[in-house]
Amino acid sequence: MSEIVRPDSEHLAPENPDAPGLPAHRLRRTDVDPIATKRAERQVANLFLVAIIATVGFVVAFVAFPSPHKYITIIPGVLQDISASNFFLGMTLAISLLAIGVGAIHWAKKLMSDVEIVELRHPSASSAQDRAEFQEVFETGVASSGIKEYKLIRRTLIGAMLVLPIPALLLFRDLGPLPRKKLSTTAIHKGVRLVVDGTQAPLRPSDIPIGALVNVVPENLQAIEEAAGTLDERGKDALMIIRMRPDQIIAQQGANWDVEGILCFSKVCTHAGCPLGLYEQQTHHMLCPCHQSTFDLSDAGRVIFGPAARSLPQLAITTNADGYLVAAQGFTQPVGPSFWERS
Amino acid sequence: MSEHAEPAPAGEETKPRTALGKTGTFLDDRTGGAKGLKGLLGKVFPDHWSFMLGEIALYSFIVLLLSGVYLTLFFKPSQTEVIYHGSYVPLDGLPMTEAYSSTLHISFDVRGGLLMRQMHHWAALLFVAAITVHLFRVFFTGAFRKPRELNWLIGVGLLTLGLVEGFAGYSLPDDLLSGTGLRIAEGIVQAIPVVGTYLASFVFGGEFPGNDFIPRLYAIHILLVPGLILALITAHLFLVVYHKHTQYPGPGRTENNVVGYPLLPVYTAKAGGFFFVVFGVITLLAAVVTINPVWLFGPYNPSQISAGSQPDWYIGFLDGALRIMPNWESHILGHTISWNILLPAVVIPGILFTVLGAYPFIEAWVTGDRRDHHLLDRPRNMPTRTGLGAMAISFYLLLWISGGNDIIATRFDLTINEITRAMQVLVFVVPPLVYVATKRICLGLQHRDHDKLMHGWETGIIRRLPSGEFVEIHAPIEEEEQVTILQAGRTKPAALPAPPETDENGVPAPGGRMARLRSRLSRWYYSESVSTPTEEELHEAAHHAQEELENQQRQLDAIGVAPSAEDEQQLTTGH
Repeated sequence: MSEIVRPDSEHLAPENPDAPGLPAHRLRRTDVDPIATKRAERQVANLFLVAIIATVGFVVAFVAFPSPHKYITIIPGVLQDISASNFFLGMTLAISLLAIGVGAIHWAKKLMSDVEIVELRHPSASSAQDRAEFQEVFETGVASSGIKEYKLIRRTLIGAMLVLPIPALLLFRDLGPLPRKKLSTTAIHKGVRLVVDGTQAPLRPSDIPIGALVNVVPENLQAIEEAAGTLDERGKDALMIIRMRPDQIIAQQGANWDVEGILCFSKVCTHAGCPLGLYEQQTHHMLCPCHQSTFDLSDAGRVIFGPAARSLPQLAITTNADGYLVAAQGFTQPVGPSFWERS
Repeated sequence: MSEHAEPAPAGEETKPRTALGKTGTFLDDRTGGAKGLKGLLGKVFPDHWSFMLGEIALYSFIVLLLSGVYLTLFFKPSQTEVIYHGSYVPLDGLPMTEAYSSTLHISFDVRGGLLMRQMHHWAALLFVAAITVHLFRVFFTGAFRKPRELNWLIGVGLLTLGLVEGFAGYSLPDDLLSGTGLRIAEGIVQAIPVVGTYLASFVFGGEFPGNDFIPRLYAIHILLVPGLILALITAHLFLVVYHKHTQYPGPGRTENNVVGYPLLPVYTAKAGGFFFVVFGVITLLAAVVTINPVWLFGPYNPSQISAGSQPDWYIGFLDGALRIMPNWESHILGHTISWNILLPAVVIPGILFTVLGAYPFIEAWVTGDRRDHHLLDRPRNMPTRTGLGAMAISFYLLLWISGGNDIIATRFDLTINEITRAMQVLVFVVPPLVYVATKRICLGLQHRDHDKLMHGWETGIIRRLPSGEFVEIHAPIEEEEQVTILQAGRTKPAALPAPPETDENGVPAPGGRMARLRSRLSRWYYSESVSTPTEEELHEAAHHAQEELENQQRQLDAIGVAPSAEDEQQLTTGH
């Protein structure tokens, strides 16, 4: 580190002609005019009175609106159909707090001394003597402990401290199970019916007009969710069915995975896992509302825009003996975002 | 202290009469607090509006603690499924987690509950915003320089914790919007190479969303992170008091003093009053502006989403980075590396915060400046630093704007694709331009300062001389302004000289490459600075101006034109 020459801070010493003393103190009205002083006193006191009144108003509002469900309009279009309870409790409390705050500041500005005070700074560092004394105490202590001579003690202590975090880490092991193959598997298997999410209604091809989009789940999802008590499976098994004219299908992920132009895709974005939501019927583009990855569902779920790297997984479907739409097989690849173990 | 064998003699001579005095004596007999507190009460703080930004952060944190403790009394951090039968009719009979249903309960069945929820949320938004703007102030005025580098690091830590704490709290109600945010967070964790899937499985207690995460997040949100924030705030304030506050240059202000008002009474009243003002403004917002209406979003369901999903503002830059990242993914030896997630969500914030934390040390290394600094820089006097700061802010803002690309698309009738592609280019093009422009503006302002010192200010008074020539009269600037400009200009250290290529024996100098790099950076850092006039130059300029005036006056006197009374006043007082 090379030392360099530069203007020293002597330039800024108080006696420097560039840095004259403080400008003369200017008196305020309240310093010289007793009427102004009295007026300021009244103003501050009035503000504090307002605070008291507003607090009383809070109590009144609390009693007057026992239910937060009474809705009022203060300014049409701006404060319209708002909860009266929330509005009046909030306004009274806000007025009370603001009045106290403004009153205190007004008091300080008008009535407290505004003569600037100069305080000298001291170096942040300790004095050289303090440092030397500290060093001596420290070194005496270290020498007396013998940590330098007793190599065996020193090294075993370091070793003991180094392995100590292991129990701490191990204790976190049971936060959750090992991931195993869960990210790669879903509950969808050959022959499971695809039902409308929410109503559990099974679907026949004739139920789905061209251009339609239906959110579906495998029929077994409900039972799995009830048994598990979590939404875990839903995060992987959410599906969507769309229908287009068979000649509009440019490509699929497998031969004849459609049923008369009905295609089934995972609803989970391959980027960060958001459910897909915005479907452009004419272009068959499906957009993710989170980060705008766009998939062309007529072209094997190919990514045509956005940060997603993988095509949207397609589910092969067929109809069963009763004519209902069923999975022809499970997903042939993991659904959802990528992960390290995925090839 | 241990030398005192006899009982403390406090209060022997002057027995306190008042209740306050008696309490004080009682406490001091047992703690010896008077010694330290007398210094604290008289402590001088300088006055400036920009010093209140950090205060806003502190006060919103207090509001967060108060409203947060209240909310814990009603909130149930549980993902156990319940059927809602509360007073909000549109969701009646729907299955949802207890976390969500208790949030509805707070909003619709607890008087003042919605107010407290909205205050908590507004205070959180304000907390992070105030920290951010406070950070800008500290950066651009060079308040991070020695001896305050550690406090800068603490501040960066507070900002980071603020983001974590905000996101944790935002995620607790388990509504559709926050659940989607957590889903993305899980996707990010999952993308971490080697350990990602394990981490995700441990954090969520299995698959997403599981039943463990909200209770775990709750402990982190109400205990762990606020505890850390509180500890860091304490250290932050302790150092502020110990270092004494920085101050702007001006008459009477030096590196060795601090000029302002004492803590008691002026700052007790002003800062105490300001706390109530911040508290009041937050309450006012909560009273009239709806924030996070979770009842409109519905309970979380991994198969549902609403369009226009937006995180709270401070997560926006991360979301924006995710949105404009190209879809890069590598497949190596049967493994996947998701650059499309790792770069924007892990690497970019990592770099941003590392550079932010390291900046004071980088600047000190480049400038070789090892002095203590208590007088603040005017941003114009450090054009390179100001330019770098503006550049970083523009980068951040562009990412942030990208986070709203869908909103911009619908509001301004643009396509999402155009906006996204434009942003992919702009994040690289705009920041360097902002750097150059900011630096030019700073240098322009320095030139103006220089002109003001040398030639005074333009009074707007035009004189016509007997020769027919028109001249504008310049008057010297006020002493206060002159002192401010001069002080700020003279605290600048000089650029490091180029190190010798070889030592005295003609051998290449050791560590030469590093030293040369440092010297080059230093020269770049100080390049194109406008020199501050010296004493002699100022005297000469003043003398010259005076002569000029007298010369003009002589010409006017010769033809018998007396200066107007107004002119006289202008010339003598500078006003």
